[in-house]
Amino acid sequence: MRKFKEFILNTGMRLAALITCGLLAFIIGNILLRGVRYITPQLLTTQTSYLNDTIGILPNILNTIYIIIVTMIIVLPIGIGAAVYLTEYASNRYIVSIISFATETLTGIPSILFGLVGMLFFTQLMGLKQGILAGGLTLVMMVLPTIVANTRESLLTVPNSYREGALALGSGKWHMIRTVVLPNALDGILTGCILSIGRITGESAALLFTAGFGLRLLSFFNALQSSSATLTVALYIYANEHGNFNVSYAIAVVLMLITLLLNLSAARITRKIKDRRNG
Amino acid sequence: MKNHKGTVEYFFRLIFLICGIAAVFCVLAISVYLLISGIPAIREIGLKDFLFGPVWKSERNQFGILPFILTSIYGTAGAVILGVPLGILTAVFLAKAAPPRIAEIIHTCVELLAGIPSVVYGLTGMTVLVPFIQKIFNLSSGACLLSAILVLTVMILPYIISVSETALRAVPKEYEEASLALGATKTETWFKISIRAARSGIIASIIQGVGRAIGEAMAIIMVSGNVANMPSIFGSVRFLTTAIVSEMSYAAYGSLQRNALFSIGLVLFLFIMLINGLLRLVSERGSNK
Amino acid sequence: MKAKNIVTLFFALLAVVALISSCGGVQGNVATNGSTSMEKVIGVLSEQFMNDNPNVNITYDPTGSGTGIEAVKNGTCDIGLASRALKSSETGLVGTVLALDGIAIIVNKDLSVGDLTVQNISDIFTGKITNWKDLGGEDLEISCIGREAGSGTRDGFESVTETKDACILAQELTSTGAVISAVGSNKNAIGYASLSAVEGQDAIKAVKVDGVDCSEATVRDGTYKIQRPFTLVTREGEELSAAAKAFFDYITSSVANDLIRQAGAVPVA
Repeated sequence: MRKFKEFILNTGMRLAALITCGLLAFIIGNILLRGVRYITPQLLTTQTSYLNDTIGILPNILNTIYIIIVTMIIVLPIGIGAAVYLTEYASNRYIVSIISFATETLTGIPSILFGLVGMLFFTQLMGLKQGILAGGLTLVMMVLPTIVANTRESLLTVPNSYREGALALGSGKWHMIRTVVLPNALDGILTGCILSIGRITGESAALLFTAGFGLRLLSFFNALQSSSATLTVALYIYANEHGNFNVSYAIAVVLMLITLLLNLSAARITRKIKDRRNG
Repeated sequence: MKNHKGTVEYFFRLIFLICGIAAVFCVLAISVYLLISGIPAIREIGLKDFLFGPVWKSERNQFGILPFILTSIYGTAGAVILGVPLGILTAVFLAKAAPPRIAEIIHTCVELLAGIPSVVYGLTGMTVLVPFIQKIFNLSSGACLLSAILVLTVMILPYIISVSETALRAVPKEYEEASLALGATKTETWFKISIRAARSGIIASIIQGVGRAIGEAMAIIMVSGNVANMPSIFGSVRFLTTAIVSEMSYAAYGSLQRNALFSIGLVLFLFIMLINGLLRLVSERGSNK
Repeated sequence: MKAKNIVTLFFALLAVVALISSCGGVQGNVATNGSTSMEKVIGVLSEQFMNDNPNVNITYDPTGSGTGIEAVKNGTCDIGLASRALKSSETGLVGTVLALDGIAIIVNKDLSVGDLTVQNISDIFTGKITNWKDLGGEDLEISCIGREAGSGTRDGFESVTETKDACILAQELTSTGAVISAVGSNKNAIGYASLSAVEGQDAIKAVKVDGVDCSEATVRDGTYKIQRPFTLVTREGEELSAAAKAFFDYITSSVANDLIRQAGAVPVA
């Protein structure tokens, strides 16, 4: 009986692991199978035309890039600033725990609620039109915890001797942070960036009502204030509303490639940081 | 010279403080906004009628969200029932039994699963799972609660696996060695001792998975049918999240319908806060051991 | 340091992207908002107009007729798009009929049923007839696919078939395209969608209604009963912006008729 139970559990474990990997293989395989053949130069470099009855996702690719730029430009200073405050300046334990609590809470909030609040706050209250700017600001809230956490971890790996050395030489605190601590923490900041960009690329629910559904090709400044769909939202539109699964699969392939690349780079850099910490 | 450095220093300290408070500000803004926009409709409809009303028909001004609440609960429960055994078994394998090379591969698989955008899950579900369910169970439409549960299971799997794995790895070696010394096999040790020892971490992973499942919108809107019915396993259903997405784009400004959607957001927010609070409690209990 | 190189590369990429995308500076924005059925029509018209007038940028938000009317009312868009006539309760607005559109009743191409009466359709959607075999078709349970509450298409369908508030739907989808795709992948499904979106779709077919095909000709002469107007909605007493007015005049003139026909609707001008 004991041996039997053991056998069941052992097989169960291996089966479970197999199923997990199998699911991944299936999802990726299915997407590649059904999507790669629809990735044409035309799809990637033109915009959808009703006159010519063609489909192009260039506007969506650009919109994704635009929103990454807007979000990162805003969230990096704030996030790094917050992490610096938490590790270098904060003396009051109470404030630190409040900020940590707030940051943790932000990670747990689902993206649809960010989208709702983003819509209320940025498009209704502040009067911004639906577009990349409103979408980007909404994503800033979502991505802030990631930047703060990663930067903070990286700042903590900078040896205190560096800080003490700089201060001993007469440097002010801000000067020390700027010249000694931050440059040595760049790896962690970079990881945070990459993880955030990964999250931004894959985000959809938060952008539906803040960045909109527009499929036209726009310049950067126009896209800020005009309804602009990113790749994920475009995938949703083409699949759900147009029923054009071929295009959706093609977009899925593009998204997967980007996500894969980002994940692998983030993992590589994290490993380098770990080695540096241990070595 | 010293004065100048002093003011610059003070200035930057202030800036960093403001950055630090940014996160707090965000959370406050979100809470306040959801409260402000969610309360009017609840006031107008009546809290009991809103939360426990079984009919949601916006064109007839009936706004009971019981169907959505129950659907979200059943859907999440279903995903947990399927996902937890699968996840824990995989986690045990990863943490204890797998040779390092294989563990590496499985690790990467789990990370990649976590990184797949929800719309991609939705697309796969819509084009592969839904027709499959339709065929197998001979339904008129495969877009139902079951499909949503299956999709949610796959989506919460990575969370359960990675957090449980960390918890399992953190189990002190002495526990396991003692068990082995008393004559238990490796497998018995893992399942009887290690899991028990890591249980707060495992519970934390489940709660995290629950949070993720309750908040998911895009993946399930493509596979669950979206009619505001009371939940039934093969029926077309709407979750709290998909209810918001389905009607938001055409709800008129200032209308009761729109406000009711915000109220759904508020209810969802409260659910999430509850779940987060639970998570905190369990983690703290675990670390105080 | 490697990180420094990556950062420089990032900013270089930024500059390149900004450069590419800043060509094509646009002036004069026209915001249209509303019916998803009108997507193809507005898409074709706005694309042609933008090709002819590169300094104008026309956006279209597919939100549904009800929201489109709201949007133009509270000023968030210039021209609202509704796939129905304005209701008497919708005051302060002016509706201009752009074209007529037939609402095709669609079923899966593999279904043997091809002709239904308005009464049949009404009974199907209200749940009185539940199996295709009752209509001479296969023994399959009927799955009714409809649109969301604010949809002009739904409004038009329900008023002609007199099924207001009585439809029992298996799925409630938020756009014309979604309905078409759901019916196309489901042998037992029936749905309703704008004729302009139905043309050229292979997975579905439009049934005859009371023996009449759904086509441009039958919509125009009124023999196809299930139809509604594509309406452009503007604020009463307010002048449109220069760009919006130019677009409005263009699409309501007879010059645009061919394009409207190309998109599958029936021009009125």
